Amino acid sequence: MADVILKGIKKSYGSVEVIKGVDIDIKDGEFVVFVGPSGCGKSTVLRMIAGLEDITDGTLEIGGKIVNEVPASKRGIAMVFQSYAIFPHMTVRENMAFGLTIAGASKAEKDEKVAEAARILKMEHLLDRRPSQLSGGQRQRVAIGRAIVRKPEVFLFDEPLSNLDAALRLDMRIEIGKLHKSLGATMVYVTHDQVEAMTLADKIVVLKDGYVQQMGAPMDLYHRPENLFVAGFIGAPSMNFLDVEVIGKEGDTAKVRSDLVAEFAAPAWREDIPTSGRAILGVRPQDLRPVDSNGLLSGHVTLAERLGIETVVDVALKDGTRVICSLAEDRVFEPGQPIHLDFDHKRAHLFAPERGGHQAAA
Amino acid sequence: MASKLTRSDRAGWLMALPGAGLIATFIILPFFLAFAFSLTNQRLASPNPTEYVGFENYRDLLGLSIFTLEPERNEAGDVLVDDDGQIEYPRLRKFTRNNPDYPKLQGKREWFSWQSGENRTVVLASDVVFMKALVNTITFVLVVAPVQAGLALVLALLINQKLRGISLFRAVYFMPVVVSIVVVSILWQFIYSPGDGLLNNVLSGLTFGAFQPRDWLGETSTALGAIIAMSVWQGVGFHMVIWLSGLQTISPTLYEAAEIEGSSKWQVFRYVTWPGLRNTAILILIVITMQAFALFAQIDVMTQGGPLDSTQVLVFQAVERGYGKQDISGGSTISVILFVIVLCISLLQRWLTRERN
Repeated sequence: MADVILKGIKKSYGSVEVIKGVDIDIKDGEFVVFVGPSGCGKSTVLRMIAGLEDITDGTLEIGGKIVNEVPASKRGIAMVFQSYAIFPHMTVRENMAFGLTIAGASKAEKDEKVAEAARILKMEHLLDRRPSQLSGGQRQRVAIGRAIVRKPEVFLFDEPLSNLDAALRLDMRIEIGKLHKSLGATMVYVTHDQVEAMTLADKIVVLKDGYVQQMGAPMDLYHRPENLFVAGFIGAPSMNFLDVEVIGKEGDTAKVRSDLVAEFAAPAWREDIPTSGRAILGVRPQDLRPVDSNGLLSGHVTLAERLGIETVVDVALKDGTRVICSLAEDRVFEPGQPIHLDFDHKRAHLFAPERGGHQAAA
Repeated sequence: MASKLTRSDRAGWLMALPGAGLIATFIILPFFLAFAFSLTNQRLASPNPTEYVGFENYRDLLGLSIFTLEPERNEAGDVLVDDDGQIEYPRLRKFTRNNPDYPKLQGKREWFSWQSGENRTVVLASDVVFMKALVNTITFVLVVAPVQAGLALVLALLINQKLRGISLFRAVYFMPVVVSIVVVSILWQFIYSPGDGLLNNVLSGLTFGAFQPRDWLGETSTALGAIIAMSVWQGVGFHMVIWLSGLQTISPTLYEAAEIEGSSKWQVFRYVTWPGLRNTAILILIVITMQAFALFAQIDVMTQGGPLDSTQVLVFQAVERGYGKQDISGGSTISVILFVIVLCISLLQRWLTRERN
């Protein structure tokens, strides 16, 4: 088992810098998830850890050893790919034993290790099939089995569930979570699916434009996002943002108001919040609740989606600004119906204006 | 949208007619005519009516006998030896010409022979030239198929890399394919030309004059080899492109997975590349085999089957007989035999390379 430490990691393709200096500290046995929008560099960072991409600058340590120049096969890692990358002409057994075949292991050793991995993944009955006879979920299980057989210190997953349908994705997610608990290995997992990130991770790393935006436990990120990007990226539906004016700041609270928002005191613990002038107010859709009158916000309903367990209401404020409100109940709203919304002041977020979070926030 | 014209069956058939007619006239009909002619004594132009002759043409081509010659002996039963110490045998033509005791040898000629003790065993063929053509064609196929396929694969692996200027190499390797085989043959005649040819010059230059110039196309020992080398060179680019397309269908993540598992270059080829090229390999082998059996233009331009029939091949013989000697039935018979050989080999290859599950 091993720590993985990235220090000032950079990656350039020619003159284009893709990863612009990333520091991540992954503890032994930790489950770390990299999330971010497409093209944020999350897969590139993972591939650099794997040894499939050269590291342009910075140092990568696995298990206390700098491995920048160590070939992929000697880093003590195993990788599971989005496209499974299992060999179509080999049986499941041969696929799982591939690394041992390459290393010239004996048949007995192969059988033993494959049997153990198959037992862990409950796929003993599939061992003599060919990949073409397997479903997507079973194929990904084979790929995970091949990784287990390697007995790696670090497991790397590159969007392993993206090719699966929704139901299977849920099963496999739970499966991977269990696997982490039973193996206790360090796991690094890349996904663009925040549900996977929130449920699996001990620690989430949010990446954007080649920088780490924020790093922390899932609930830290949810409740205390450090910048607008993280606030908008974590949580579904996305956080509502409204322009407000700060009219006074005292300690960790700031009085804010705007034409749309009645005056109230918002928590203002983020350092860069101005003492006066423009700021951005963020409220999660789940924190908004309809009230009969005197809400902080008012407008009218444009659309209501009833999902049974929740109702997602699309509200247009006076000037047309859209706000989403998500209620944890089934309730009927008519389009055009006037609505007043209120929220717990302590659960509001205040951000400095025009900070898309291009700088490393950490 | 659908007018009466596009819905009418008759209009559809009418439009298909010119193309279908051409195919029928120039491909399907000749194919069946070849079978029909091979059972007759049809000539290209003859005042005599055509007669059905059954399988006589096939017997004339394929007839083989093995005959053992016993040495000449004197009255005491001793073997007669000539001045050079060679055993003397009766002349073969005593048996093959109008000898009622040996009707099976009638008209046959010696193809090759070997010594067994005092006796000499002779293989006689009704048509020695055809037999040589058959052997040369099979030799050509057996050498060209693996060499051309293998070389093309090596080239494809070399150019399947992201390197600066790699497309230049692709173009260069593919260039001979674009040039007509007739032009290529004429150019290679210069390369192979005796005395002052390019190949002779290069070889004597490389060996500082130790190499004695040869007449590559004029010697029985080198003529077929020279044509094989040229044919491989000419066709290799085409098959390289097919291999390349096969290589590019292999998912790059498979290579990455193999890299993580620590595969050596050879293991990557053995476990990832080669299995991924399976279907391409079948295609290439069948295509090369069929192309190689159809060898004609190089022979026609460069050697005309010579010297001493050392580069005779089946298609050249078929054309030579059908048009050169105006013996259409003989030429047709060779075509039919060639067709049967190629069909059998293709079926065999398909069976050998079938998917086993």
